[in-house]
Amino acid sequence: MSGILASMIDGVLIGAVYGLAAMGLSLIWGVMDVINLTHGAVIALGMFGMYLLFAAFPINAYLLLLPIIAAGLVLGLIIYWTSVHWVIDRPQLASLLSTFAVNMIIIGIGTAIWSTSPYNVNFTIRGITIGAYTFTGNHIAAAIAAVVIALALELFLYRTRPGKAIRAVADNREAAELMGISSTMVLALAFAIGIAVAAASGALVSTLFPFTILSGASYQMKSFVVTVLAGLGKPFGALVAGVLLGLLEGAVTPFIAVSWIPLIEFGLFVVVLVAFPRGIFGKRATA
Amino acid sequence: MIFRRPVFWLTLVFAGLMIAIPLHNNNVSLREDLILVAVAIILASNLNLMIGYTGYVNFGHIVFYGLGGYIGLYLATVRGWNLVLSALLAGLAVSLCALLFGFGILRLRGAYFALATIGILVAVQSFVYNFDPWGRSTGLYVSFAAYQPLGGARRALWITYFLVIAVMALSMILSLAIKISKFGLGLFAIREDEDAAVVLGVNATVYKAIIYSVSAFLPAVAGTLMFYKNGMIDPSIAFEFMLSLEGIVMLMLGGKGTVVGAALGGGLYEKLRSYLLTSPKLSNFHLVIAGVLLLLVVLFAPGGLIGWLYRLVPRSEKVIE
Amino acid sequence: MTALLEVSGVTKRFGGLLAVSDVSFTLAEGEILGLIGPNGAGKTTLFNMVNGVYKLNAGKISFAGQDITNRPPNEVVHLGIARTHQIVKPLYGMTVLENVTVGACFGRDSLQLKPARKVALEVLERVGLAERADTPARSLTIAGKKRLEVARALAAHPKLLLLDEVLAGLNPTEVELMIGMVRSIRDSGISVLMIEHLMQAIMSLSDRIVVLNLGSKLAEGRPQEVVNNSDVVEAYLGFPDIVDKLRGVQ
Repeated sequence: MSGILASMIDGVLIGAVYGLAAMGLSLIWGVMDVINLTHGAVIALGMFGMYLLFAAFPINAYLLLLPIIAAGLVLGLIIYWTSVHWVIDRPQLASLLSTFAVNMIIIGIGTAIWSTSPYNVNFTIRGITIGAYTFTGNHIAAAIAAVVIALALELFLYRTRPGKAIRAVADNREAAELMGISSTMVLALAFAIGIAVAAASGALVSTLFPFTILSGASYQMKSFVVTVLAGLGKPFGALVAGVLLGLLEGAVTPFIAVSWIPLIEFGLFVVVLVAFPRGIFGKRATA
Repeated sequence: MIFRRPVFWLTLVFAGLMIAIPLHNNNVSLREDLILVAVAIILASNLNLMIGYTGYVNFGHIVFYGLGGYIGLYLATVRGWNLVLSALLAGLAVSLCALLFGFGILRLRGAYFALATIGILVAVQSFVYNFDPWGRSTGLYVSFAAYQPLGGARRALWITYFLVIAVMALSMILSLAIKISKFGLGLFAIREDEDAAVVLGVNATVYKAIIYSVSAFLPAVAGTLMFYKNGMIDPSIAFEFMLSLEGIVMLMLGGKGTVVGAALGGGLYEKLRSYLLTSPKLSNFHLVIAGVLLLLVVLFAPGGLIGWLYRLVPRSEKVIE
Repeated sequence: MTALLEVSGVTKRFGGLLAVSDVSFTLAEGEILGLIGPNGAGKTTLFNMVNGVYKLNAGKISFAGQDITNRPPNEVVHLGIARTHQIVKPLYGMTVLENVTVGACFGRDSLQLKPARKVALEVLERVGLAERADTPARSLTIAGKKRLEVARALAAHPKLLLLDEVLAGLNPTEVELMIGMVRSIRDSGISVLMIEHLMQAIMSLSDRIVVLNLGSKLAEGRPQEVVNNSDVVEAYLGFPDIVDKLRGVQ
């Protein structure tokens, strides 16, 4: 029994990172009704970004999150202007395919550079030992970083003007434009933030597990599960749902081979969609 | 009537040429090239039924091909059944599975459905990796003895080729037949506005499940034939996600929603791909180039090559469909 | 006259909002029944319940003696009820003829393609869109789209036609034409239930009127009776006792 408890607590910690990853997806989805299929590739880029930065500057990896977030914002703007802006008023199929195309490009370039070999970020923080259990420091730090970023995002959305503009555009783009909000700028910003958050989550994951250029895919699936659980555009909802997912994984992994996990998550995804059309916490945009 | 349609005859001529030309000189390397083109056309044409006609993006389309390959190969080699029979049964089995799964996941709209299809691909691959009778991760191998019923390996390869060409022609003719039918009209209505279609009387739930199931049949048959010809199957090559993606690129490139577009896209892309894979510098960029192509098509020419043709020569829409 | 449509005690809730509350009325065969009420009264919601788009929270709907409560929309069409939408829903990527052919193929008679196309052409003649048969639906004007919407519904060979604000967005000439069309539809034997805001139109077309307000039925009767009903006047103008006040200011 005790092993499961430790596994579940660990799951909660990692779940915070899942929640962070999902926030990026959920924000973009909620604001512009675009399902960003570059999400997984960006997470992978975040992993490699951390790897490269840490190799160049072997300082506290968590400080390196800042340049990664900055780079993520820039990357987000690039992706927005190349593939999203032009298809935003078309049926969702178009943005689905265009973001998917960008995903293919990123993974293709990534594979050419890094092949599919596993990489690692060798940075560790001392863990905490309580009684018989040791909780890896990296896991704890990652969870804390995830919560901090989530808080920052929530504050940004609810306490700043650009944040308010984003929420306005998410609510009703035409009305926001009539109020003088440049919806294009807002959409680009929201997209950039979504990408930056995804990159940050990838960077955090790189400190937890070995990874390859293809690792982003499973986090993308998890992000989708978390997003449909939480409903759209609610950062804290995504965090909570992420933690729940992590908890579930923690409860289940001692008993089932890891290769079944993606399957269970896919099953959960479908079940939640069919049973909770509005997400458990909030609004779901029509697909 | 389908016989009035030029594309019907074009298809027969095209298939005829594909059989006659390599056969004429016993040109084995040309045959090997062309069979890949034929498979590309089979996959793109059947995918077109979902994406082009019904408006539902199937990211996991390749699962039909792989699963059909497994079932058919198992029947033909382990059980020793007749190849054509095995292929047809594989097709039926996969179609049936698709019908059952279809009723479930086709409740999901648009992007949710697309994501769910990836899940199905992953699920089936996972299952096969762990399935003993099908060799788990090693897969199945075809011994030379299995080619005897067809008159030896060399002859068997030619026969399989003819069968694949036949499946290709059937795929195109099937697309055409559906397009000009009442069923096809219902699918197009669903594609344009599913809610309006239902209000107009289209039983969308049933129609979607049927087309999903139909789009599985010929790829599954082709899967049996191809893996039989190649002599082996294993989970990583049977369920390659990349092939699913390429199917989508082919279709978008050629022009989704049209019979000729699927064939054109399939053929052209297959040529591009074999060039890329054999070129020492570019083989790594296979995925990148596919992605760039898809992006360009989606952004600038969503109707693909045929759509562009329709805009240039509006009358062509009646003939080249 | 026989009751073609019977709506009894229907209620629809959306979360905390009671959109339609215990509404009952009947529509007789061959009549044009008007459905009016201020915005948000629940009229379109009621339509959506009749043709199966929304499930009822309570109540019963029967058509031609059959219980059609909660039947899916595609079944409802086969039973003989067709509808148009307030915000038109043309099948944009298809031509005008193809749009109407869909209606004919999947309507009450479930026709095959060739006969359906014939019916579609006839219907297009009737509504005056025959020349536009091969143009893409997206190229029509709003008036054209409204007529397409009606044509599609007619092609389904319905016994009852639900018209949802079919006059909205039309100029006076177009309104006149549409009014004439609705009359000829009824004269051809199809009963009509219509939501309208244009008072003149509804008054001249309807045999009877049902008034909804805030989800409940406020009044029912012949046009003259309804219009003189002080509750109805108050509902539209918003002030309590306004009728008395107006009378006071003679």
